[in-house]
Amino acid sequence: MGHYLRSVTVIATESLSKRFPRVTALDRLSVDVGPGVTGLVGANGAGKSTLIKILLGLSPATEGRAEVLGLDVATKGADIRERVGYMPEHDCLPPDVSATEFVVHMARMSGLPPTAARERTADTLRHVGLYEERYRPIGGYSTGMKQRVKLAQALVHDPQLVFLDEPTNGLDPVGRDEMLGLIRRIYTDFGISVLVTSHLLGELERTCDHVVVVDGGKLLRSSSTTDFTQTTTTLAIEVTDTDEHPDGTRAVREALHARGADVVDGGGGLPGAGHVLLLTAQGEETYDLVRDVVADLGLGLVRMEQRRHHISEVFKSEDEQRKEAVGHGS
Amino acid sequence: MAVEHPVATPAGDQTRIHNIGYRAYDGPRLGRAYARRSLYSQSLRGSYGLGRSVKSKVLPMLLFVVMCVPAAIMVAVAVATKAKDLPLDYTRYAIVMQAVISLYVASQAPQSVSRDLRFKTVPLYFSRPIETADYVRAKFAALASALFVLTAAPLLVLYVGALLAKLDFADQTKGFAQGLVSVALLSLLFAGLGLVIASVTPRRGFGIAAVIAVLTISYGAVSTLQAIADAQSLGDGGGSSGAIAWIGLFSPVTLIDGVQSAFLGASSAFPGGVGPSNGEGVVYVLVTLGLIAACYGLLMRRYRKVGL
Repeated sequence: MGHYLRSVTVIATESLSKRFPRVTALDRLSVDVGPGVTGLVGANGAGKSTLIKILLGLSPATEGRAEVLGLDVATKGADIRERVGYMPEHDCLPPDVSATEFVVHMARMSGLPPTAARERTADTLRHVGLYEERYRPIGGYSTGMKQRVKLAQALVHDPQLVFLDEPTNGLDPVGRDEMLGLIRRIYTDFGISVLVTSHLLGELERTCDHVVVVDGGKLLRSSSTTDFTQTTTTLAIEVTDTDEHPDGTRAVREALHARGADVVDGGGGLPGAGHVLLLTAQGEETYDLVRDVVADLGLGLVRMEQRRHHISEVFKSEDEQRKEAVGHGS
Repeated sequence: MAVEHPVATPAGDQTRIHNIGYRAYDGPRLGRAYARRSLYSQSLRGSYGLGRSVKSKVLPMLLFVVMCVPAAIMVAVAVATKAKDLPLDYTRYAIVMQAVISLYVASQAPQSVSRDLRFKTVPLYFSRPIETADYVRAKFAALASALFVLTAAPLLVLYVGALLAKLDFADQTKGFAQGLVSVALLSLLFAGLGLVIASVTPRRGFGIAAVIAVLTISYGAVSTLQAIADAQSLGDGGGSSGAIAWIGLFSPVTLIDGVQSAFLGASSAFPGGVGPSNGEGVVYVLVTLGLIAACYGLLMRRYRKVGL
C-alpha cells in the first residue's frame, strides 16, 4: 500500500468497511491522517469507535485496508498497540486503587520495566495535572480528575499516537477547556499525534489541525481546520451609543442594510454580546463601508475584527444545502 | 495546562521547582511476555490484597491464617506427645479444610476477574500488546498460584514440624510430596471453576454466591448420595460399592479425593473409607484434567468477545 502512504502519514485507510449482520458501521472509508491533532467528528453511532477498534487491530475489517504508523492493522496489531495509546470513552478505572498504582500497572502492561514505569507514571500524572491526590484511591476523584487519569494511562508509555474517545464527555465548561488545552499540548509539547473523537464540532475547532467528519460510516469531509474556517471572513463590529442614536447597534445595522450589506446580530445569546454585529467581508470596500457608516452616524467604533467561522456553521450550511437538494429532488 | 503549580519561591532559591517539560521515553519496551508476567504478578499479589486497600487484605490474610493454624497445632501436639506419626495425612489436610479453600476461591476469583469486567478495565488491557490468551493464562495462573500458596503452606508447616519431631524422614518426605501434587491439582481445578463462574458476572456478590453454591452444593449432594449408596451397599452385602466411586466424580472435592486415594497413597474420605480402584482412578484423573482444560477453554471463549 506504499503508493499512497507517505512518510508523514500516521493513519491511512483504503475503502475500509465494517459490516455487522444488521448495520454497516463503516462504509468504504478512505482517509489519510498526518501528524498533529486530528478530530474525528460524527454523531453517536457514526462509526467512530468502530474505526478506533479496527485501527488498534482488535476487530477485523470486513473489507479494505488500514495502516497505523506504517503498520498493517490486520497483521501487526500487537506492534501497533505497543506504539499507540488509547483512552476509552467509558469509565475504566477501578475505584479502590490509587492513580499512581493504576498507571504504573498500565505502564508495565505496555512493556515498560518496573523502574521506568514508576518514573514515567510520576511524570505523566504531573503533566496531566494530578499532584498530591494521585496517592488517594480513584473512587474519590471528580469526573475531571478521572478523565486525567484515563489520559495519563494512555500516555504513560510515550506512544507515537493516541486515540482519545470523547475525552470531554461529562466535563463542565471549565474542565472541557482544560482538557482541550491538554490535548493541544499532547502534540505541541509532547510531540505525540492525536486522534480525538467528538460529536461536537465546535470544540474541535481550536484544538485540531485537521478534522475528519464521518456520518453513517461514510466519509463526509476531511480537511484542515484552516480550510474549514478561512473560506470566508466575518467582521465583528461593536459601536458606542450616543444621545442622537440611543441604540447605536441598531442604527448601524439599519444603515448598513440601506447600503446593501448583509448583517446579523452576533450575540449568540451571550450576556453583553448583544451589541456585536457580524457581516461578511467582501474585500477592502467592506471595511471602508463600515468606517463611513459609523462616521456618518457620529458613533464611536469600539472594535472591528476578523472572526473565524465556526466549523459548525460550515456544516450547518452544508447540511442545509443537502436538505435543500433532497427537498428539490423529491 | 491552566492548573500548573505556580512557582512561588523567590529567584535565586536553590530549592526552586523547575518545570522540566516533557521527556520522551526511549528505554526498552519488553513486549507481550513481560506484560503477561506483570499481569500475573499483579493478580497474584491482588489475591492476597497486596497493592490494594487495607480492607481487601483482611479476608485473604485471615483465611491464610485459618488454614495454617490447625497445622501448627497438630505439629505442637505431635512434638509434645512424641507421637510416631502426624495426626492427619498431608493429602487429607485440604479435604478437611475444604470449606476454607472454597471460601477463599469464592472471595478471590470474583476479585480477580469480576472487577475488571465491572469497572471495564478489560478493554484497557486489550488496547495493549497482550491478547485474550495472555489475559486468561495470567489470571488462571495467578489464582492457581494463590490457591497453591494457601494449600501448600500448611503442608509445609506440617512437614517442617514433622522433621522437628524427628519423625521418619523418608516417610514424611514422600507424604509431603504426594500432598503437594494433590493440592497442585486441587488449586488448578478450583481456580478454573472459580474463574469460569466469576467471569460470567461483573457483580462480585453474585460471583461469590455462585462459587460457594457450586462448590458446597455439589459436595453436599455427592456426599449425601454416597452415604445413601453406602447404606444400601451395607444392606445388600456390598453390591453397590462401585456406585460410591462413580458418584464421587461429580464434585470437585471428591474428585481430588478420588485421584489421591487411587494414586497418591491417601486414605479416602468416602463413606466406608473405600476410594476408587486404580481403573476408576484413571477416570478420576482424566475427568480432573478434562475439567481443568474445559475451564481454560471456556475462559478463552468468554474473553474472545470482549473487545473495547
